Amino acid sequence: MINHHPADELLFDYAAGALGEGPALAIAGHVAMCEACQEHVAMLEAVGGALLEGIRGEPVSEGLLAATLAMLDAPEPAQVEASSERLPSGDPIPEPLLPYLGRGLANLAWRKVGGIIAAVEEARLPVAAKGIKVALMRLKAGSLMPMHTHRGNEYTLVLAGGFSDSGKEFGPGDFVASDSTHTHQPVVDDDGDCLCLVVLDAPLRLSGAMGRIFNPFLRI
Amino acid sequence: MMLHAVRVREVPSGFEALVAGHVLAKGRLSQDPYVTNEELCGLVEAIAARQDREAFARLFKHFAPRLKGFGMRRGTDAASSEELAQETMLTVWRKARSFDPRRATVSTWIFTIVRNKRIDLFRRQGHPDADLDEVAETVYEGPAADEELDKVQSGNALRKALTVLPKDQITVLHKAFFEDKSHSVIAEELGLPLGTVKSRIRLALTRLRGALPEDCQ
Repeated sequence: MINHHPADELLFDYAAGALGEGPALAIAGHVAMCEACQEHVAMLEAVGGALLEGIRGEPVSEGLLAATLAMLDAPEPAQVEASSERLPSGDPIPEPLLPYLGRGLANLAWRKVGGIIAAVEEARLPVAAKGIKVALMRLKAGSLMPMHTHRGNEYTLVLAGGFSDSGKEFGPGDFVASDSTHTHQPVVDDDGDCLCLVVLDAPLRLSGAMGRIFNPFLRI
Repeated sequence: MMLHAVRVREVPSGFEALVAGHVLAKGRLSQDPYVTNEELCGLVEAIAARQDREAFARLFKHFAPRLKGFGMRRGTDAASSEELAQETMLTVWRKARSFDPRRATVSTWIFTIVRNKRIDLFRRQGHPDADLDEVAETVYEGPAADEELDKVQSGNALRKALTVLPKDQITVLHKAFFEDKSHSVIAEELGLPLGTVKSRIRLALTRLRGALPEDCQ
């Protein structure tokens, strides 16, 4: 049961194509997991379609149709190989993430962050956009994350497992957007590791003394 | 005199037409006759069923100028916008079998393709669901169900509903969809509080939603 959804304006900007690659990936992942948001986005895209229908066309070059017709029989560009691997929960990996996973979850460049006792592993995903961080994070069952705030925006999509933060529960498919007004200290559920997609568009700021030592996000 | 006459006959099109209202609804867009979603669906189905080049050419003539206009409105130069139109139409050709008229109108389907392609052209590394086109190959199993008719009609209804939205609502929708601007950028540009932009978009969407049959909402 998904309880936390992106705000309407985020869904809108996503549908209109106005979001950057990182935030768009987080939203696309959520939408792939959430039927309610699929319907909402479909409605917004229908508006985009109707607007496209009404747009003023720009005349195209005379030869463009002929050139395009000549390309129809060309072989298709190589297809992205879909990973058949599943999430630790057994659920399928949301399709929008697949092109970023290369040879699958296990083969990503996982590394522990925050020192030897760290409860967090992360694997950065290859995005073209600069100045943002997109990563998968694996949080150890039952662990307490350092208290932190952000200078920018952070988007988190829970893929498997769960955590609680400020009295709220988060599970698979849940989406959290937070900014510099939030301070949080998630506690990972103790019945299994939690896998999240995290998108950060600016470095975190540490709010507790211990945060500096344990903060998993330091090396953005 | 002749020149003058020609100018007078020119009907505003595109965004201007939407703002002026009713033009599309009355079907007066002379060089660009109103094409229903049913007709467009027929063309995509002909491509899917028998790789019909004639159908593709008609679809191309309808959409390529719009797709180029879409690119240019978002600040892409004319040459790249043509490339965008071409790549989008090539995807339409290749993916025609995955088009499902029960899920979207042809315009909506093509809007999502061009939206993703455009970002793709710049990043060359893909937008989340640009690559979805490649991995998610669901094959449409032929015409079915009453739902399809609803969706077809809803596409036309939505287009009509758009022509009667108040100008301030159309302006924000248009900036968001065709100028690539997020809510906060639109607010800045129009000198409006963010809340006003949000509420205009919400109002517009509520009215548009009202134009859809219930099961499409």
